[in-house]
Amino acid sequence: MTDFWSIWISVITIAVIAGCFLLVTHTRKSEIHKETTTEVLDHSFDGVEELDNPLPRWWFNMFMITIVFGVVYLFLYPGLGNYKGYLNWTSYNQWEEEMAHAEEHYQPVFSRFAQLSVEQISNDQKALQIGQRMFANNCALCHGQGGVGAFGFPNLSDSDWLYGGDGATIETTITNGRNGAMPPWGAVLGEEGIRNVTSYVLSLSGQEANAKLVAQGKVTFQSTCVACHGADAKGIAALGAPNLTDNVWLYGGSFEKVSHTIRQGRAGVMPAHKNLLNQDKIHLIAGYVYGLSH
Amino acid sequence: MSETSPDTYNYKVVRQFAIMTVIWGIIGMSVGVFIAAQLVWPALNFDTAWLSFGRLRPLHTNAVIFAFGGSALFATSYYVVQRTCQVRLFAEPLVKFTFWGWQAVIVAAAITLPMGLTSTKEYAELEWPIDILLGLVWISYAIVFLGTVAKRKTSHIYVGNWFYMAFIITVAVLHIVNSAVVPVTLFKSYSVYAGTVDAMVQWWYGHNAVGFFLTAGFLGMMYYFVPKQAERPIYSYRLSVVHFWALIATYMWAGGHHLHYSSLPDWTQSVAMVMSLILLAPSWGGMINGMMTLSGAWHKLRTDPILRFLVVSLSFYGMATFEGPMMAIKTVNALSHNTDWTIGHVHSGALGWVAMISIGALYHMIPKLYGKASMYSIKLINTHFWLATIGTVLYVAAMWVNGILQGLMWRAVNQDGTLTYSFVEALEASHMGYLVRVIGGSFFLTGMCIMAYNVWQTVRSDSRAPVLTSPTA
Repeated sequence: MTDFWSIWISVITIAVIAGCFLLVTHTRKSEIHKETTTEVLDHSFDGVEELDNPLPRWWFNMFMITIVFGVVYLFLYPGLGNYKGYLNWTSYNQWEEEMAHAEEHYQPVFSRFAQLSVEQISNDQKALQIGQRMFANNCALCHGQGGVGAFGFPNLSDSDWLYGGDGATIETTITNGRNGAMPPWGAVLGEEGIRNVTSYVLSLSGQEANAKLVAQGKVTFQSTCVACHGADAKGIAALGAPNLTDNVWLYGGSFEKVSHTIRQGRAGVMPAHKNLLNQDKIHLIAGYVYGLSH
Repeated sequence: MSETSPDTYNYKVVRQFAIMTVIWGIIGMSVGVFIAAQLVWPALNFDTAWLSFGRLRPLHTNAVIFAFGGSALFATSYYVVQRTCQVRLFAEPLVKFTFWGWQAVIVAAAITLPMGLTSTKEYAELEWPIDILLGLVWISYAIVFLGTVAKRKTSHIYVGNWFYMAFIITVAVLHIVNSAVVPVTLFKSYSVYAGTVDAMVQWWYGHNAVGFFLTAGFLGMMYYFVPKQAERPIYSYRLSVVHFWALIATYMWAGGHHLHYSSLPDWTQSVAMVMSLILLAPSWGGMINGMMTLSGAWHKLRTDPILRFLVVSLSFYGMATFEGPMMAIKTVNALSHNTDWTIGHVHSGALGWVAMISIGALYHMIPKLYGKASMYSIKLINTHFWLATIGTVLYVAAMWVNGILQGLMWRAVNQDGTLTYSFVEALEASHMGYLVRVIGGSFFLTGMCIMAYNVWQTVRSDSRAPVLTSPTA
């Protein structure tokens, strides 16, 4: 901040603290009664009278102690404008120290598992325990405790994978994140087209659907949807396009939900964790996730 | 009563605000009990947006602070200023406007907040058109109150009125500065402040809403009703001068403690912490003056439940104003921040201090306003007292336990540096505390309903006593 603001802050801070000190010491000095009194002042309000008892000594002392504490604190720590404080403390320094401390103490624990593969980690009890705790605090918010998933958030405990379920791919997914984009087709297909394609998609996983609509939907599907979901509709892992034949649904498998997905599209985001967790930790989490379905 | 003579008191507006205090109290606290129950049984959302916790929580806070607390402050300040200045309220039309305007603001809040129309600023959620009405009401209030003090017939200004004046003037400044927005549509606006500055302005407002609305205003109430009900002189005029000036000077600085360990600059956090600690003694000045005023009248506690309300409110005030500075210490705050401890702290102030002193003041005032010898039933006041006290203790204790439990669980670390508990485990552990809170809140609410019955019976009773509508020599 500029010198002006630094001085301004310092002056008014000191003025308020000094003002409190002078107010309370002056009032104490000018006490008329030094002992408890029963003599009321000469004015009364609606029958309420006032005594002029001295300031309670313990209260006065308490006030002084807090003022002394405040002055000492503002000497030691940043507070008065640009003055850095005798201890040179900043919250950023404190954070860095704590991080360095954590790095020093905990990194060896994680490094030990770095040379194991993701698959090997899933067989190591100790590594799994650490992975489970990190999963609970970083991943469970969306994927649920135990990775069972929720609407829009994939189940990690089954063997159905959007981007692939081998250890290296899971680790890549956590590190760099994923963007699953199903484009909206409402404007292109129209309501009738959506009804037909929905019927066809439902039929792929063995659900009941009107045969005539299924046939019409199949034609549309072959020209529009195969690019991502494949001619056999079994999905393409490189694109994260889901398999539509297995009756596993990320956004619901009812007629209503599927047609909504086709009409409005869906945008699924798995955030990248490379700036949130270091690679050794991601490695352990990947091992835990791999273990959920193996 | 005659309202023609210019020197007789205006009790009509006091009665209006007094009755609305009870009604808004019941409504605001009912919403509180309901949302507390939602935290125990989440199905009580009924999957309905406007019944969800996020919509009703601001309705609860606005209803209890501004509708219940605000009406209590209007009622008592209009009563006290007339009687201690020995004149009728200044500017009759503005007096009427403050009552109807204030009620309109509350009704608008009760409609817009469940609809999800919010500025998202805590305790200042109302959107800009309602904020403007609120601002006009408040300026009118200031004109009425200061005008009445200015034409007083007494030589001095009574200490209770200093506190009321500080409360009225500061709340006007806080409201206007914090509510400065750029309107986009009729019910959508953006704050004129950005980022950290916006957060600091918000908590400068938020903490001074506690300091001036919920503390200074109610100290004004305390300074009249405690000596009146105890029939004892104020303990120390000297102490009231010192703690008044020290309180208003240091409270202003304390808001930053809501933003400890945030992107707020370190110097701002340090200054806020230091001032919060220095605030302890000035806050306690009010408690000491109230308690010591009662010191010659302890025997009355055995027979007078109204006095009990006042004593217990001062005890909770003392406790909450000790707890506040402690929680403002950064290392303590690192544990307490974002936990239920904060909720417990607020409610030991809100239920224990603000509500109890208001209830005591109303029980003192209502028979006098309606020309009755006393309240319909002293026994029911006593029942109310115990329900309120036990309810508050249950509430606050449950939140202390929950808060410390959450703080400790969140920071627990394993030997490998990973967190021991996930968030949901701390939430599960809080379940019992949430249940106890619902029980405590229900006790308090039941007490308010008993009060409503007692007030109703008092108002419609046949008993007659002279109404003191003008100054006695």
